[in-house]
Amino acid sequence: MSLLEVSHLVVDIPGRRGTLRAIDGISFSIAPGEILGVVGESGAGKSLTGAAIIGLLEPPGRVASGEILLEGKRIDNLDPRQMHHIRGKRIGAIFQDPLTSLNPLFTVGKQLTETIRAHLPVSEGEARLRAIRLLEDTGIPAAEQRIDHYPHQFSGGMRQRVVIALALAAEPTLIVADEPTTALDVSIQAQIIQLLKRLCRERGAAVMLITHDMGVIAETCDRVAVMYAGRIVEIGPVHEVIHAPAHPYTAGLMASIPDMAIERERLNQIDGAMPRLNAIPTGCAYHPRCPRAFERCHVERPELLAAGATHAACWLHDAEHGKAVQA
Amino acid sequence: MSAIPVQAPADAQPLVRVDDLAKTFDVSPPWLNRVLERKPRALLHAVDGVSFEIERGKTMALVGESGCGKSTVARLLVGLYAPSRGNVAFDGQNVHAALARPGGRSLRRRIQMIFQDPYASLNPRWTVEAIVGEPLSEHAIVSDGAARAARVDELLQSVGLSAQDKAKYPHQFSGGQRQRISIARALATAPEFLVCDEPTSALDVSVQAQVLNIMKDLQRERGLTYLFISHNLAVVRHVSDSVGVMYLGRLVEVAAKRALFAQPRHPYTRMLLDAIPQMHATGRARTPVQGEVPNPLSPPTGCAFHPRCPHANARCSAERPRLLDIDGVRVACHAVEEGRI
Repeated sequence: MSLLEVSHLVVDIPGRRGTLRAIDGISFSIAPGEILGVVGESGAGKSLTGAAIIGLLEPPGRVASGEILLEGKRIDNLDPRQMHHIRGKRIGAIFQDPLTSLNPLFTVGKQLTETIRAHLPVSEGEARLRAIRLLEDTGIPAAEQRIDHYPHQFSGGMRQRVVIALALAAEPTLIVADEPTTALDVSIQAQIIQLLKRLCRERGAAVMLITHDMGVIAETCDRVAVMYAGRIVEIGPVHEVIHAPAHPYTAGLMASIPDMAIERERLNQIDGAMPRLNAIPTGCAYHPRCPRAFERCHVERPELLAAGATHAACWLHDAEHGKAVQA
Repeated sequence: MSAIPVQAPADAQPLVRVDDLAKTFDVSPPWLNRVLERKPRALLHAVDGVSFEIERGKTMALVGESGCGKSTVARLLVGLYAPSRGNVAFDGQNVHAALARPGGRSLRRRIQMIFQDPYASLNPRWTVEAIVGEPLSEHAIVSDGAARAARVDELLQSVGLSAQDKAKYPHQFSGGQRQRISIARALATAPEFLVCDEPTSALDVSVQAQVLNIMKDLQRERGLTYLFISHNLAVVRHVSDSVGVMYLGRLVEVAAKRALFAQPRHPYTRMLLDAIPQMHATGRARTPVQGEVPNPLSPPTGCAFHPRCPHANARCSAERPRLLDIDGVRVACHAVEEGRI
């Protein structure tokens, strides 16, 4: 059974000038211990997906329909108090900016022991010992002294290690990591990614890794979901999605990334920009920018269809289209 | 293959020559605290003796992590900061001396800058026409309103926007389009040298590709010279002819692009190259270099990189390495100089 099951999730943001549909019916699942990458450009809805799962959608944003199941039980319709027990205990969260996700007025140790004691029945002393062990596990030198320091006394990379320790404090089975390395320098980024990967493997925690960096995805994830305009356009094993993308958007995106291994005179560019939420095109949302769009793409929205080793929401992979092309 | 600037023949004068450039910021506590609490003066050596040359029509890239001083170099080059030491020569004349003279405007016209954040570098209350047209009026490049409007149209078209866009305001554009407006504004004075400080770092990859392609096209059409500042080595590899790697205010390696990427010499360059996550190496295990960039207020003695360097020895912690010519590449490293690595 999958650990997390998201089916037909729709997130709406009501506003004065009508309701914006920020996430439009996405479905995916995460197996225990699996690392799923979620990639897309800004505004594609990847962070909102993460926020919906951990129950931290900012009002007026709300889950309009669809289901989120954690270990077979619905969590999208829980009241805030029940969700409070799940968040931290069973789903840990790591955000982009390590400075804003720590409370500047409390020592790191206080925040860690508080989190541990909120979720696990342990004494103050035991919680402190656990906190020190967590900090050691995340590679913070002299953890016994550092535990009594305030967040501002840590550097950016060290702070993100503290945030990871916090996320792991109550031994959750799923970690939602939203751009955990974007605010960090490349050398630190490599350290943090490796740390996250190692700790989650050791503890058997699954990770939903949200990022815009395809390189990070390639090195870290088992599977990847590519999002565009609030929809998943392609999902599949990371190697296949990168090397043999089935959706024209994924293919365009991959070719537009400057790569260290391949030298090109010009980068492939996708003309235009992602549509705004109040002007999502009919049919496939990508069709105005798609070099391979045909009539059906303008009128009918594609669902995820099997395409080689991956699944792509593209009519090119419809059996009828294949027949039509051959005929 | 492009010529290595260091080995250029003497008669080909580089367009930009930076010589021992340094910038120190005084970050001391206020006078009263210094007196009462006996706090010492604190000096931040943001850029500490940087020298390089850029040939006409070429792109030099500066790379390094945050706080290494690359943006300070950019601001020194366009005259937004006055150097604490050293000088910048542009086409043979000293930039800072020339800008201080009344005739400095003619030089300012030839050097322009593109900033990182297209959301912060465009005035939200001005139309695109006012933004792109301002340098035209400021430098008296056009004589009347009609000529100005025509020139703005041309500039917008040259960066792939339409002439109708000039009546709009910045908030009506996406990030990539805004960065094109910044480029159009920088091109208004028909400059020869563009200093680009992380021009695509705030953009999504598909949009980044659009902007990088436009920059390359413009360089080819107009023979522009770029100083391209970035922390993204893959982008640097795509755009540059030569690359300078900075660490804590100093250049540690300057080399032609191919030489640098094929055979990085300085241990810091090697570390940076190894740290980039690569798309075509799925599941690759790496051994990231440990440690973080030290506090620039109290940089390590000797080579600033020695606390993180796997090849450091006693000499590295005591003596500051100079940037030396080694096999056509300029490297500041004792280990490379001694042939240890």
